[in-house]
Amino acid sequence: MREAEVRRLLAANLLCALAIVLATLGPALLLDGFSVLGTHLTWLCICSVCVATLNIILHLVFKPNQSPKRRSFGHKISRFLKCCIYFFMSCILFHAIIVLYGAPVIELVTETFLFAVLLSTFTTLQCLCLLGPNIQAWIRVFSKNGAMSIWESSLQITSVCTILGAWFGAFPIPLDWDRPWQVWPISCSLGATFGYMAGLIIAPLWIHWNRKQLTYKSR
Amino acid sequence: QEPETIPQVNLVPTVALLLGVPIPYSNIGEVMAELFTGDSDAVSAALQQLSVYHINAKQVDRFLQSYSLVAQDLPAEQLQHLQELFSSAVEEHTQLLTQVQGTTVPPELKPRLGSLIGRFQRYLREARAVCTQSWARFHPLRMVGGCILIASSCLLCYMASELAVSSQSLCRSCLLYPLFWGPVGAALLWLVHVFTQEGLDLLLVSSWAAAASQLGFFWHWWGQHLKRARLTGSQPPLASGGLRQRLRAWLGLAFPMGILVFRCGAMFSDSFVVAEARVAPFLLASLVMLLVGKLHWDGHLTVPEGPKQQLLGISSYRREIWYLLCLVAMLLVCVRLSSFFHQCREEIPQCRPSVFLSPLASLRNTRAKNLFYLLCVALLAGLVYAVQSWLRHYGNLNSSDPLVLFVRWGFPLVVLCIACYWAVASSADDSLGKLQELVQVAVVVFPRAVYGLASMGLLLLLCNPMTVFAKDTRESAGSIVTPYLGVPGSEVDFLHVIPQIYKRMQESQKSRLERGSCRATVAAYGLGSVYSAALVIALTLLGFLLMLLHSERLSFAFLLLFMEAFVLLHIHTCARGLAGDAELFSVPWYAVISWLLAASQFFYSTGHQPIFPAIHWNAAFVGFHLDHSTNLLPAVLVGANTFASHILFAVGCPLLLLWPFVCEVSTSQRKKPKKESREELQEVEEHMMEMRLRESPEEFSTALLRLGLKYLFVLGAQLLACVCAAMILRRHLMVWKVFAPKFLFESLGFVVSSICLLLGISLVMRVDCAVSTWFSQLRLR
Repeated sequence: MREAEVRRLLAANLLCALAIVLATLGPALLLDGFSVLGTHLTWLCICSVCVATLNIILHLVFKPNQSPKRRSFGHKISRFLKCCIYFFMSCILFHAIIVLYGAPVIELVTETFLFAVLLSTFTTLQCLCLLGPNIQAWIRVFSKNGAMSIWESSLQITSVCTILGAWFGAFPIPLDWDRPWQVWPISCSLGATFGYMAGLIIAPLWIHWNRKQLTYKSR
Repeated sequence: QEPETIPQVNLVPTVALLLGVPIPYSNIGEVMAELFTGDSDAVSAALQQLSVYHINAKQVDRFLQSYSLVAQDLPAEQLQHLQELFSSAVEEHTQLLTQVQGTTVPPELKPRLGSLIGRFQRYLREARAVCTQSWARFHPLRMVGGCILIASSCLLCYMASELAVSSQSLCRSCLLYPLFWGPVGAALLWLVHVFTQEGLDLLLVSSWAAAASQLGFFWHWWGQHLKRARLTGSQPPLASGGLRQRLRAWLGLAFPMGILVFRCGAMFSDSFVVAEARVAPFLLASLVMLLVGKLHWDGHLTVPEGPKQQLLGISSYRREIWYLLCLVAMLLVCVRLSSFFHQCREEIPQCRPSVFLSPLASLRNTRAKNLFYLLCVALLAGLVYAVQSWLRHYGNLNSSDPLVLFVRWGFPLVVLCIACYWAVASSADDSLGKLQELVQVAVVVFPRAVYGLASMGLLLLLCNPMTVFAKDTRESAGSIVTPYLGVPGSEVDFLHVIPQIYKRMQESQKSRLERGSCRATVAAYGLGSVYSAALVIALTLLGFLLMLLHSERLSFAFLLLFMEAFVLLHIHTCARGLAGDAELFSVPWYAVISWLLAASQFFYSTGHQPIFPAIHWNAAFVGFHLDHSTNLLPAVLVGANTFASHILFAVGCPLLLLWPFVCEVSTSQRKKPKKESREELQEVEEHMMEMRLRESPEEFSTALLRLGLKYLFVLGAQLLACVCAAMILRRHLMVWKVFAPKFLFESLGFVVSSICLLLGISLVMRVDCAVSTWFSQLRLR
């Protein structure tokens, strides 16, 4: 049973990675003058939308950790609105943190905000899809021995890898190589994307390697 | 076929002569004569080349002559040889020119042209070789030796700080005996030099002494390690834990040390050294966020609400987390705001220096000038008010000691003097007219008044650092006052004396009856923060002095400095309390690294850069209108200006140890009164706040030593990175613009920080002595 779960996780993660690759290469065929470095803001929007849709679809299809209780339509609408509000708040929070880390305050606001949206898509949206707008569950998942299923372990790993990738992506900015990808926020968003894709691939492998040590508390 | 390579210095005389300007004075390049042929025939081309070589050779000869008059590093016999070459070539050239009429050249002179060109070329190349040999010379062996010495010093600091220095013998053997090995090593070296009759170099002697004493430390440490291993018996080694355990141990250390590795690694790249003003705040913010993340991961930020919720794994955040998040947000805001005070380097052309660096006198708009002036004075007054209210909150402003009186009245006086000085210095020169002499006098008098007041305050601090007010209720009632002498004269005298006798009897009866419940005690106000109060007063005085040496609007940066230090201390205390760390006598690594990152951050945010054009030379003339007679005083003033943040953070380093005691981080949640701290001498009750440090004086001094060693380790790691970068990249293009100045500034900063760290720790020890004498005096009474 566990093996099948890991295989489903691997399939889902590979689909997400594929979505990102498609979002990078696809629009070059449809739109002219599109390139990741040249029209970076467009790429950020397309990538976020692709990953968000794929995640929502996967969540609706796979439905992990869903309680079998039937919920009313109103309840579902309120949950959906709460998710939207949490997502928006996380975008604002990421934007504020990025500005406090050293991004320009008044200039390049759109770039910083779209980078924050990308980061939120990679981290907060996953949490919302998997755990719902439930702060208690988020607190529990992001602590040691807090993951209760393989999906939550994967969530931990992808979120940490995304943030680490974005952090490492800030290092090439002061260098004087005069490359087009050193412009703000290209290196950081590319770092976040690579980190996310690495997390997607590492997570099933790590779970498979540690399958004997990982014991999940049953609810 | 490979293109011909020429040295870069050859461009200088070529371009100069092509443009028709004189060759620069200190050029040692050779002109590229192929560019001076024109399209005439070979002979006139050769004549033209000869004249160009002549000009170049004359310039090089003049330079070498004037250089040899000033400095003696070029060898004399080689200079003589070059001089002979030059004079013979020039003589032949002049001879040739007299034989040439117009453009016609007799055919027998043609081969002489070629050989003359060859002689000029030889002269120029040999001159360049002589100069290169003596100037671009490095001592690789000494460089490697110096790096090894610094690296082993860092290792020594790390090992000594992690030693369990609980036993006296360990302390003595590891730390005292190596001090004797040093002079022994120096004496050995002196003997060797006496025998080999070589010259003695002070640098070599001191490095041998240092190496010998370090060897002594490692020798004694290894001996103790073996002894301890034998004593503990046959315990199974760590190998049973396996790879996973060791990985986990390494990961635990990776969190603060990884940031240090990044900081040191950034010294090896010229772009990162140039952009270090942005790298240090970035790393500090990352360190603090990582700290919060680690606390969250380890589950210290949450508390399960009840047993049922604990089973389900539901927990909610503690109430203290809002406080912690507020502090982290304030720190990030301070870090971000401090980036508005940076100075620019010429390597970044699009950078604009901060507007706050220019003095107020350079502002044209009087309204803006007045507004900024009022803001700066308000900041100073706010700083004094904040310090006084902090001291009052902890009960340190109650006594009438000279030091407390100075804090009450001397601080506002200092602020007044600084404000007057700024007013006079920023006034426009032409608006005062007749008062010009008064202005000249005021510009000198006010800063000297500040210097005098500050030194008086520091002297008072050293003489009597106790800011404690003791109320002794054990005093016996006053003696009975009699209006007569000897024998009472009349009944009226008795009426005066009898009530006093009755009162006396009543009091003694009361004290005898109430012996069990309420005893006469000594109430000491401010004893719980006596160490921190002394440090805070010292830091404020130093802060005023350093603010005087900077331009007026940089007081905003100093305010940010004090706020950020305060917030860092509170974050450290809060994290300690949340993590439930029982061991309060050791300061964790992340606290020391964050303190040093803040020190580097404010080096840049007080308007400095590690390059020579960025030094604030005006600081040498604060309080001294005309030229200085010696070099010492202006050097001290400019040095204090440049390393202001290093001084403040190094003197304030012991606060990292003391602050959790002052804020009463307790693992068991006890509520303690905050206004005063009482100390009962009859009973031994639980010590409160900083008096817990006195419970075990040995641990206190060990804790201070370990904190100092950790601070020196981190400083030494940064210095080692700079030194290695300068050594490895000594042939880099940017070595003289980027790496060498950075190395000089870092080493001077290391010296200043170490001295101030020692001063701060000795101030704490002075306060400790004063507290001990105070206690013994109290017991005697």
